[in-house]
Amino acid sequence: MPEPTGVIHDIGYQRYTGPRLGRRYVFGALYLHGVRTAFGLGRSAKAKIFPWLVVGIVLMVAAAVTAIRSQIGETVMTYAQFADSMSWLVIFFTAVAAPELVSRDLRSGVLPLYFSRPLSHADYPLAKLLALVTALFLLLGAPQLVMFLGAAFTSDGMGGVWDELLDLLPGLLYAGLWAAVFASIGLLIASLTGKRAFAAGGIVAVFLMTTPVVGVLSILPAQAANQLAGIASPPTLVQGVGVWTMRDLLITDPDGVVPDLGPFGPVYALAAVALVAACVTLLLARYRKVAAR
Amino acid sequence: MTLIATESLTKVYGGGVTALSELTVAVEPGIVGLVGANGAGKSTLIKLLLGLLTPTRGRIQVLGLDPTVDTAAVRARVGYMPEHDCLPPDLSAAELVTHLGRISGLPRTVARERASEALRHVGLHEERHRPVGGYSTGMKQRVKLAQALVHDPDLLLLDEPTNGLDPAGRDAMLALVQRIGTEFGISVLVCSHLLGEVERICDTLVAIDGGRLLRADHIAAMTTATDVLAVEVSEGTEALAARLAALDLPVGREGRLLLVPLADQGTYDQILGAVAELDLPLHRLDQRRHRVAELFARRESSHA
Repeated sequence: MPEPTGVIHDIGYQRYTGPRLGRRYVFGALYLHGVRTAFGLGRSAKAKIFPWLVVGIVLMVAAAVTAIRSQIGETVMTYAQFADSMSWLVIFFTAVAAPELVSRDLRSGVLPLYFSRPLSHADYPLAKLLALVTALFLLLGAPQLVMFLGAAFTSDGMGGVWDELLDLLPGLLYAGLWAAVFASIGLLIASLTGKRAFAAGGIVAVFLMTTPVVGVLSILPAQAANQLAGIASPPTLVQGVGVWTMRDLLITDPDGVVPDLGPFGPVYALAAVALVAACVTLLLARYRKVAAR
Repeated sequence: MTLIATESLTKVYGGGVTALSELTVAVEPGIVGLVGANGAGKSTLIKLLLGLLTPTRGRIQVLGLDPTVDTAAVRARVGYMPEHDCLPPDLSAAELVTHLGRISGLPRTVARERASEALRHVGLHEERHRPVGGYSTGMKQRVKLAQALVHDPDLLLLDEPTNGLDPAGRDAMLALVQRIGTEFGISVLVCSHLLGEVERICDTLVAIDGGRLLRADHIAAMTTATDVLAVEVSEGTEALAARLAALDLPVGREGRLLLVPLADQGTYDQILGAVAELDLPLHRLDQRRHRVAELFARRESSHA
């Protein structure tokens, strides 16, 4: 008679003797989890609605732009202009994703479970920040890739593709700048409160409230104040850096309103770097405190 | 190997509040109870053990490592179950415990396997795929225990594991903790303000009060026999007391009990003789044992 197979035995508790991976792996695990969270993956259907609505809109815009260009031959917007014209969607996406990444953890009290593990109090916010930067970059970069593929397949010869690529790369860098600035501001604000609605409101408020400041500064009778006005608000700050570094790619309409930076282009760039650095420093300080609670 | 060793450990918070003062204690592996009233310094000690706080003075060692220096190494070998609610309601227990297993450094597939194993060991089966938000308090406590267990630690730090549980839930949780300490071969530090619970499952007890060490010893040593005999008769307690006093035995009273100092074996005979002469129904005659609660009772009386 054959021995019975497939019998389940309760083998009791098994000790684990396999590898325990180090800091880099743990950071990576938290980072990937964060990117997934930003898009609502691994979460309820409700959490997926908003992120994918935004993704749908930007991809549709990209597809439309590509279609118009290939059919009519008219360039509606350049790669770099894409980020500019999507700025409000980026703000809304940040306002939803940043609280999802950090406020939720503050609210549910899960942080002691993280900080009692081999994860330093700096790695947690940095992994979350990098995840949000990645999510925003994908949000702005993927549609540009769609536009590039559309243009590449309709352009004539390798030279055309190469020209497109040279236009795409600055566009992607610009998208990276948008992502870095918006993610660091958004995550810092969200890390201050466990209430997601407050965090989302706060993020939108920062962007909304600073816009009138730019408006007021730009109509002051002093030229330097007008030229530096854009620094007062994150979207205009990023645009200023863009106009300074890639003017031709951002300003294609000769009759349009062009932000006048005067000689202050480098100031915009420095301000953007300083803003991101300050946000990251404050974020790290915030989590140094939270971890010990 | 010493499980936990501290030397003149002192923690003074920024506001000048002294949470721990000159705590020197060494405990062996096993199930260790850490008892003390609220605010006695239990949570501060746990945070120091995890390297979340740095001591103001003194030294601390966990599993032979210094948590302030080898923080990651200590945390990789320690599992922590916090007192308060700490579970995100929208994740399922399986997802949460798997994710936290990875944060402890387990490879992806191992984390998933060990998460379902850990949840099985704490008694969560099919329900582990449902969102934690819908769980009862008892189930949540089990998930909290499972996440502390997922990376197979050498030491579990449990902060008030029976908090919020009904009597049946408490019994189940204590049985589980005892099983982890004995069958799984994992040392456990159970933090509690309920002495009775800790007393039931622990080998060793560390009692702290106001940040100072009250006593640290084996439970057995704390409940050693004393030199006092307790006598209880169903009736005629007064007559027996008078009779024993007449035999020059210093009789004390405690409720229905008569307490007689045990001089030698003759004391037994004298008491038995007295009971027999008076023809009283003897209920009990035994040597008194120390109770762990006396530790705190004496402390309180000395305060008064």
